[in-house]
Amino acid sequence: MSSTLGTRPQAALPSLGRVYRTRSSVELKEFFRQRESVVFTLAFPVILLVVFGAVLDYDIGFGITFTQYFMAGIIAAGILGASLQNMAISIATERSDGTLKHLVGTPMPKSAYFVGKVVQVLAVTVCTVVILLAVGRLAYGVPLPTGADWFTFAWVAALGSSACTLLGIAVSSLPKNGRSASAMVTPIALVLQFISGVFFQFSQVPTWMQTVAALFPLKWMAQGLRSVFLPDVLAAQEPAGTWELGRVALVLALWCAAGLVLCVLTFRWQDRGTD
Amino acid sequence: MTSASAAVAADLRPHPGDPLDPEAAISVRGLVKRYGESVAVDGVDLDIRRGEIFALLGPNGAGKTTTVEICEGFRSRDGGEVRVLGADPAGARRWWKAQIGIVLQSGAGDSQLTCRELLRAQASYYPDPRDPDEVLELVGLTEKARARGRALSGGQRRRLDVALGIVGRPTLLFLDEPTTGFDPEARRQFWSLIRSLRDLGTTMLLTTHYLDEAEALADRVGVITRGRLVEVAVPSALGGRGQAPAVVTWTEDGVRRTEATSTPTALVRELTARFPGEVPDLAVTRPTLEDVYLRMIGESGR
Repeated sequence: MSSTLGTRPQAALPSLGRVYRTRSSVELKEFFRQRESVVFTLAFPVILLVVFGAVLDYDIGFGITFTQYFMAGIIAAGILGASLQNMAISIATERSDGTLKHLVGTPMPKSAYFVGKVVQVLAVTVCTVVILLAVGRLAYGVPLPTGADWFTFAWVAALGSSACTLLGIAVSSLPKNGRSASAMVTPIALVLQFISGVFFQFSQVPTWMQTVAALFPLKWMAQGLRSVFLPDVLAAQEPAGTWELGRVALVLALWCAAGLVLCVLTFRWQDRGTD
Repeated sequence: MTSASAAVAADLRPHPGDPLDPEAAISVRGLVKRYGESVAVDGVDLDIRRGEIFALLGPNGAGKTTTVEICEGFRSRDGGEVRVLGADPAGARRWWKAQIGIVLQSGAGDSQLTCRELLRAQASYYPDPRDPDEVLELVGLTEKARARGRALSGGQRRRLDVALGIVGRPTLLFLDEPTTGFDPEARRQFWSLIRSLRDLGTTMLLTTHYLDEAEALADRVGVITRGRLVEVAVPSALGGRGQAPAVVTWTEDGVRRTEATSTPTALVRELTARFPGEVPDLAVTRPTLEDVYLRMIGESGR
């Protein structure tokens, strides 16, 4: 074990748990201290909820307001922002400014970087969802989920958030730097929001756009969350006439698997051309 | 080191085909790195002893950073053998990384964390770190402990990079152009920091564009041009500098006189005899490190 491996020093390396705690704390500070990320990721969905709730306060049938319908969509969009957009932009930035290269030169276990990112996504997602629920309830009287709907809410959010986090990490390797990541990811997210039933009722979106939207996770997250916020009579307005929760779970799980494979295949610790 | 002993040790490169030196901090044989058609590193042989400060000099694009980053484990190699602290950096493990410190040319990135928070986080990755507050003191950033990275000046940022590189108590420290953007006073402070790290037994591989820095700090310097290490020597002997003719200048009968000689002492003795008191405007100079360096990279670039 000597000639090619060197000598192992006496002192023991810090435990994984300790480094995971450090990275989690670093990632939380990095997010919540940066005004741009807090405004765009956390506050933007809340502003949209306030504006849409004030403007589009019409009845979509059965005494349900559009705001209540929009609640499902904006929470799905909030999760997309906290996971996919946040990961794609922040990791691309850290790759181009040398943060990643610096970290990979330390004995930090690589898993700790991703653990920190996951903790950040979790914290931002929980904050976004809690604020949206509170504003919806207090300002527009959107009822909170009850009973088994909380369970559906939890698994749709968890699965959707996991899929989008993995996709965000994978997508971060495409752009040259943080700014081009933002320019690439933000329009894609916006288009997906328009065709996935976030800003309009999904039944009003042309069929071919519905088909395109059905390829991506946002549509399925929004649909799963509608089952939480809307009475079951409105399931008739969905493309299949039901909430299709089984298919929601299947598609989001497939995106998790695809995202994980893409991450493993594409993740780079340094800028392109420097290996 | 005097010029006599320097002359003995004029070229200190291992020869191609020599076995790797197991005692060396860094041992490199026949290192080759290509990017497509171009050869960035073209057969480098080098040993860096434990405890020494080694400066790698060379123009931009000569292969300095590529060589250093292969030793740091950041880049793969296309040929040759490399051992850093006894291990192949291509298969770097956590405990191997725990023994080295790296100050990248590009710095450590932007952060919302304060200097102290960054150092504490960095320290928590290492088995036996230095105290973050002592490190801040060592690099002269104690007053900036609560400042965020982006609030620092260029020179302060670089000192923070150095602090991050040494907080893990490395036995081997890589410094890639560490003082770029420093004012002269900050550079002097940085030099004394490097000397105190050497006194603690840290081996350092330094790349720099400043020849006075190499001369002030390095035990040995290596000059790399076009991917080849053209010479390794102590600074005072590089490029035959120790034996180069000295230039003696003085003023006589209102005229500035200059004479190149290999025996400047004899000439000065003769001048002393010729003038009643002080020899007017007497100066004895040798080629500076910069003179020989520019000549060397000029020759090899041709």
